[in-house]
Amino acid sequence: MTTPIGGKLTNALLYLDNISVTFDGFKALNSLSLSIDQNEMRAIIGPNGAGKTTMMDVITGKTRPNGGTATFEGDKDLTKLDEASIAGLGIGRKFQTPTVFEMHTVEDNILLALKTDRRPFPVLFSKRTREEKERIDALLERVRLTGARHRKAGELSHGQKQWLEIGMLLAQEPKLLLVDEPAAGMTDQETADTADLLREIAKTASVVVVEHDMVFVRDLGVKVTCLHEGSVLAEGSLDAVSSNERVIEVYLGR
Amino acid sequence: MSRYRFLDTAGLIFLAVVLAMAVLIPASNLLLSPDHPLHVPDYLVPLLGKYLAFAMLALALDLVWGYCGILSLGHGAFFALGGYAMGMYLMRQIGPRGVYGNPVLPDFMVFLNYKELPWFWLGFDQFWFAAIMVVLVPGALAFCFGWLAFRSRVTGVYLSIITQALTFALMLAFFRNDMGFGGNNGMTDFKDILGFPVQAQGTRATLFALTALALCGAYLLSRWVVTSKLGKVVVAVRDAESRTRFIGYRVENYKLVVFTLSAMLAGIAGALYVPQVGIINPSEFAPANSIEAVIWVAVGGRGTLVGAALGAFLVNAGKTWFTGVMPEFWLFALGALFILTTLLMPKGIVGAVSDLLGLRRKSELPSVPPAAPAPPPAAAPAE
Repeated sequence: MTTPIGGKLTNALLYLDNISVTFDGFKALNSLSLSIDQNEMRAIIGPNGAGKTTMMDVITGKTRPNGGTATFEGDKDLTKLDEASIAGLGIGRKFQTPTVFEMHTVEDNILLALKTDRRPFPVLFSKRTREEKERIDALLERVRLTGARHRKAGELSHGQKQWLEIGMLLAQEPKLLLVDEPAAGMTDQETADTADLLREIAKTASVVVVEHDMVFVRDLGVKVTCLHEGSVLAEGSLDAVSSNERVIEVYLGR
Repeated sequence: MSRYRFLDTAGLIFLAVVLAMAVLIPASNLLLSPDHPLHVPDYLVPLLGKYLAFAMLALALDLVWGYCGILSLGHGAFFALGGYAMGMYLMRQIGPRGVYGNPVLPDFMVFLNYKELPWFWLGFDQFWFAAIMVVLVPGALAFCFGWLAFRSRVTGVYLSIITQALTFALMLAFFRNDMGFGGNNGMTDFKDILGFPVQAQGTRATLFALTALALCGAYLLSRWVVTSKLGKVVVAVRDAESRTRFIGYRVENYKLVVFTLSAMLAGIAGALYVPQVGIINPSEFAPANSIEAVIWVAVGGRGTLVGAALGAFLVNAGKTWFTGVMPEFWLFALGALFILTTLLMPKGIVGAVSDLLGLRRKSELPSVPPAAPAPPPAAAPAE
C-alpha cells in the first residue's frame, strides 16, 4: 500500500476516514476508511448491501454521513458540499443503470456535460464556441459515438448509453471518476473495450470502479478493495484479496 | 448541428395565424358593416380576446410542465394576481364616477367604511406602476414559493398538491372582505383604461390586438428560452434530474428561473384578461381553473408551446359552445376529453399531427434509411 490509511492526508486525492451512515438503525457504512491516490484506479467489490453505492452517495454529496471525514484534494470537506459543488470540484459519477438525457441528441448530452459555467443566466446566454465543438468531436470519437451524434440518446443500445455516459463524465474533465458497474449488461467484447477505455482514462484521472464481474476486475488489473457490511474487509491485489479467507467466506464463496 | 431552429414550421404557422387575427378581427369588427357576412360581431371580440389570454396562460404552464416537468396545479393564482393588479388600476380610474362618488376610494371601500386608501393600493392610479405590479407580484410569489419548494427538493405529486393549496389559500384570502380587494364581489364596473372607455368597441378591438401581440411576444420569449442551452438543461432536469445534478447543475436554480418566468407570463395574461371580461373576483383563484389550464395543455400537446396555446383556444371555444347548448354536461365533456386525450393522444393534438406528418414523410422517402444505425462500439475497429 502506497498510502497507509490515517497517513498524510495531502497525498491522497480522496480520503475517507471512519465514515458511518445509518438508515433507520441499519448501518449502511460502518467506520469505512478509504484512500485513493492521484491517477490511481481502484476496483471496489463486495456482496450486495456491502455499502458500495452508499459510499458513492457520500462522496458525491447525495448522502450526508452520520460521522467521519471525507476530504478531496486534502482540504475540501465533501460532507459540507452539495452534489453540484462536488461535481464542480471534479468528481464525476456514472450510475449503475445508464442515465443519459434520452430526449436530447448524443451531441447535446455531451454539450451539457462540458465543463463550463453552470449558473442559469450565463447558460441562458451562452453560445457554443469553436473550442466546445472541437471538444465534443474529440469526446464523441473517444467513446465511438461520432456516427450517432445526431441520434436521440434514448435510441442508443444499452452499451452505447453506457459509453455515452462515460463520455459525459469525461466532458466534465473530472479528477476523480466514480463508475458503478460499467460492464453490467455488456457483451464480452464491449466489456473488454470498456476496460481499455477506463485504463486510458486512469492515465489522467483517478478512477473508482464498483464491479461484480470478477473477469472484468481481473482485466483491469488494479488494486482491489472488498467491502462487507459497510467497512473494508480486505485490500490489495486481486490475487491477495481473492485468497483472503474472509473474502471467500462472505463474497466469492467456496 | 443539432441546434434547434429558433422557429420551426409549427411556430411560424402559429405566429402567422395569431398576427393575422390581430389585424383581421379588429379590422373586420370596426370597418365592416354589421350585416356584412365577414363582420365579426361585437360580442365575439372580447370573447376571442379572452381565449387568447388563456392561450398565454397555457403557454406559461407548458413552460414549467412541458419542459421542466413541474406540474403546477396552481397557475391560475399567478394569472389571477396579474388580473387583480390590473383590476386595481381600473378601479382607481373610476374616480368620482362610482356609485358613492368618492374620488379616491373605490365603491366597496366606501361601503365597508374605509376612511383612507390602504397602503397597498397606493400607486395603482398610475398605469406604469400597475403594469410593473402585474409582472412583479406573481413573479415574487413564484420566486418565494419556488425558492422554498425546490430547495427542499419537493417534486412530483407533492409539489402539485402544494401549488394547488397555494391557489386555494389565496382564493380563501381574497374572499375575505377585510383583505381590501373587494371580497367575493371582486372588482368590476370599470370605466376606462389609459383614458379610453373600456366598453367602447374601439378599445375592445385594441385590447384584442394587444393580447394577440402579447401572445406572440410570449411565444417568442418562451421559444427563445427553450431553444437556448438553458432550455436543454431544463429538459434534462425533466428527464433525469439526478444526472443533471451530478454533472454539476444546481437543479433548484433552474427550476426557479423557469417557474418565476412562467408566473410572470401568467400575470401578464391575467392583466390582459381582466379589461376584456370586465371583472376580476376570487373565483379566478379556484383550483378548478388551474386544473382546467392543465387540461388545455394536455389536449393541445405538452412540451410544444404551440400545442398549449391551441389547446387553450379549442377547449375554451368548446366550453363556450357547450355551456350554451347543454351547460350541465360541460364538466363531463371536459373530463371525457382529458381521459380520451390521455388514452388516445398522449402527446396531444400537436404531437399526434407531427407523428402523422413524420410517418408520411418517412413513407415518401423510402430511399433514405430511417436513422442510419451507428456501428456498435464492439464493431468499431480497434484504435
